[in-house]
Amino acid sequence: MEDTVSLTETPDAKSEGGSLIRRILRMRETGLIAIILLLFIVMSFASPYFLTWVNMRAMTMAFAVEGIVVVGMTILLISGGIDLSVGSVTALAMVIAGWLFLNGVDPWVASGISIAACTGVGAFMGFFVTRIGLHHFIVSLGVMVIARGICLLGTGGRPLGLYTLPPEFKFIGQGSIGPIPVVIILFIVVVVAFDFMLRRTTMFRKVFYTGSNEKAAAYSGIRTKKVVFLTTTLCSALCGFAGIIYMARFGSAQPTFGIGMELNVIAAAVIGGASLKGGSGTIFGAILGAVLLSVVSSSLALLDVSVYWQDIIRGSILLAAVSIDHYLVKKRA
Amino acid sequence: MTDDVILKISNLSKSFGPIHALKGVDFELRKGEIHAIAGENGAGKSTLMNVIDGILQPDGGEIIFDGTQVKITSPAMAQKLGIGFVHQEIALCPDVSVSENIFMATTNISRSFLMDYKALEKKAADVLGQLSDIKPSTLVRNLSISHQQLVEIAKALTLDCRILILDEPTAALTEKEAQILFGIMRQLADRGISIIYISHRMVEIFDNCDRVSVYRDGNYITTQKVADIQPSDVVNAMVGRVIDDLYPQKQAEAEKSGEVILDVQNLTESSRFRDVSFQLEKGEILGVAGLIGAGRSEIVKGICQLEGEVTGDVTLNGKKLQLSSYRDSIAEGIVYLSEDRKGDGIFLDMSIASNVSALKPEQVANGLGLIQKPREDEQARELGERLNLKCGTLSDPVSSLSGGNQQKVAIAKMLSVNPKLIFLDEPTRGVDVGAKAEIHRILRNLARNGVGIVVISSELPELIGVCDRVLVVHEGRISGEVAGDQMTEKNIMHLASVGDAQATKH
Repeated sequence: MEDTVSLTETPDAKSEGGSLIRRILRMRETGLIAIILLLFIVMSFASPYFLTWVNMRAMTMAFAVEGIVVVGMTILLISGGIDLSVGSVTALAMVIAGWLFLNGVDPWVASGISIAACTGVGAFMGFFVTRIGLHHFIVSLGVMVIARGICLLGTGGRPLGLYTLPPEFKFIGQGSIGPIPVVIILFIVVVVAFDFMLRRTTMFRKVFYTGSNEKAAAYSGIRTKKVVFLTTTLCSALCGFAGIIYMARFGSAQPTFGIGMELNVIAAAVIGGASLKGGSGTIFGAILGAVLLSVVSSSLALLDVSVYWQDIIRGSILLAAVSIDHYLVKKRA
Repeated sequence: MTDDVILKISNLSKSFGPIHALKGVDFELRKGEIHAIAGENGAGKSTLMNVIDGILQPDGGEIIFDGTQVKITSPAMAQKLGIGFVHQEIALCPDVSVSENIFMATTNISRSFLMDYKALEKKAADVLGQLSDIKPSTLVRNLSISHQQLVEIAKALTLDCRILILDEPTAALTEKEAQILFGIMRQLADRGISIIYISHRMVEIFDNCDRVSVYRDGNYITTQKVADIQPSDVVNAMVGRVIDDLYPQKQAEAEKSGEVILDVQNLTESSRFRDVSFQLEKGEILGVAGLIGAGRSEIVKGICQLEGEVTGDVTLNGKKLQLSSYRDSIAEGIVYLSEDRKGDGIFLDMSIASNVSALKPEQVANGLGLIQKPREDEQARELGERLNLKCGTLSDPVSSLSGGNQQKVAIAKMLSVNPKLIFLDEPTRGVDVGAKAEIHRILRNLARNGVGIVVISSELPELIGVCDRVLVVHEGRISGEVAGDQMTEKNIMHLASVGDAQATKH
């Protein structure tokens, strides 16, 4: 439509700063925080266990590692891609590192090799997308199945028990610094680092340009294929990192781990404001999306709601959140 | 008198939230007339048309269609009444054949259960035959933009409509195709069909239309017979003030320095253009004319390394360039303003500030590669002021701006890197008259300040009005050059189609 209205106001400093509070209120993150707080209040009355330290810790642990994958997925979504293989690649990281460890490799070295291998898987997908020209969806669907197959092949379908993992390695997944689990510290470091970089660096600004309008980005001198290749690779690398943390936490490598993880991760990013069309999204928002899903799951479990109902409710939340947001964005435009 | 009125609209109003897009406007369309609608972007033209087509519902006012008051509640109902609308934006299914695309609208209102392919295909071929030599079986994806536009028009023609709305139909057409379209419009009008014709081009309105209605800021201004008025009257009514100089002053003799900014020699790309050589002098604005598909954009994109494998020499300010990508080109100070603003010129859903900084975000970042928001805003504010950009805040998405202001953002993006040479491809496409004149003045000022300016345009009056010299491209070669008094539409059109003349001689 041509009927966009041009405000006859020249840009000046006043109009930028004065509406800060309004801008915060309009931010999607604010709405999510409000919903999460509301859930907290309701649940603290509904269940005496909800606001306990044990439950909080369990809830945080539940989404912390997956949250690292959410970070990679969000960045990939912003660049216009998607990755269905995150669950398989996370399991692959565990299986590769676990297998190497059982064959006498030092666990730290095994982890390094495993993360490098997952990065390679990402590069492999990036190659198919940027060089062959296939869609992310189909490439990652293929890799999802291949990676799962490798996991099952390498383990015979049974979890690898890693009972001899040295305690300093298990510390990553099971230890605490003071009252705070190491897992949560790692999660926060990854989130804060990538959120900051995504908001501020020129490097990641190019991810937004590419996702927003790939052709316009190319016409701005941005090497869009390189950007997409790197975001694809980064997502798989972060899956590798997450896989290693899981391995340290469980003390085993589970070839069937992470089935359906892609749905949770994509849902979190989208609830948090990432667009499947690319060009928009924040890490902070995506993590809030993950928190929301996790709080809901935990609440439903505490309220003794059947597991099957939980799936129905989570799916409905995804649709409701995205619909409301779509409506608000349309109204604002 | 009232018998020959097919559509009468009175006191029509429409608001979008606090914005009054139409403030009680009138419109009267007679049977068999070609009625032009003129107005700047945001004047309410599109809203009015969308109400007539049933896409939007008015808040107040009445519509009388062929003597009876109607409420047009949907485009389907508009179709039943016999109202056809050819939108400016092409909305065809790319992977479906031309004939099936043309069927799309007719199938929808057809009463029969089965599709009568034979009859429809024949009808499609008949309609297309009047317009062009497009084969009905071609996939739309494989057509040029101008041919796609013709298919859109053919689609509307199959509807047996009584009112046909054409929203800037010639924007993507070549001169020849436009002339064919005007011929068909006249035929339709003679058959009693009424045509509403929206265009920014005064020449088209005055050559082809019977009456013109002007709107401004959601108000109805006037309706006049074109025979009774001058183009300048329409322009003045549109902008509400007198525009004395539609085009800025040209380069004076005394300003000529003879200093060469750009020297291109024997630029060749295997299939699309050959042996292109030209120079650009400091202070001048060089135009590039030619039919769509002649290779105008391709040559310029080739110089910038945006596409194609190009051979030949490019010298900028005495330095021979070895560019291997558009990044290199930007680094040397050569930038390209795309003809397809929404498609590849700007990031619609991103903020104004981040659009302006897109060519070199490093410029507003510190040593660590961190973007400094205040510096980014400052850059956008400074360039915005220079270009007289009208916007809310710099963090608003570009999609919230009017076409003219979006184009200014795209130009600000070019200027952000202090270029030495700017190629502008259709710099005023879809831009209203006021902003158009502003953009022309900006280009002249840049040229005065020593920036090389090359303008590609399909609008000959624009090239003649703005440029000091015009190169004409025909089938991948420069077929001639005109300057001074020689810059006339006739001369340029002759050079642009001279290949045809030669071909017939052989």
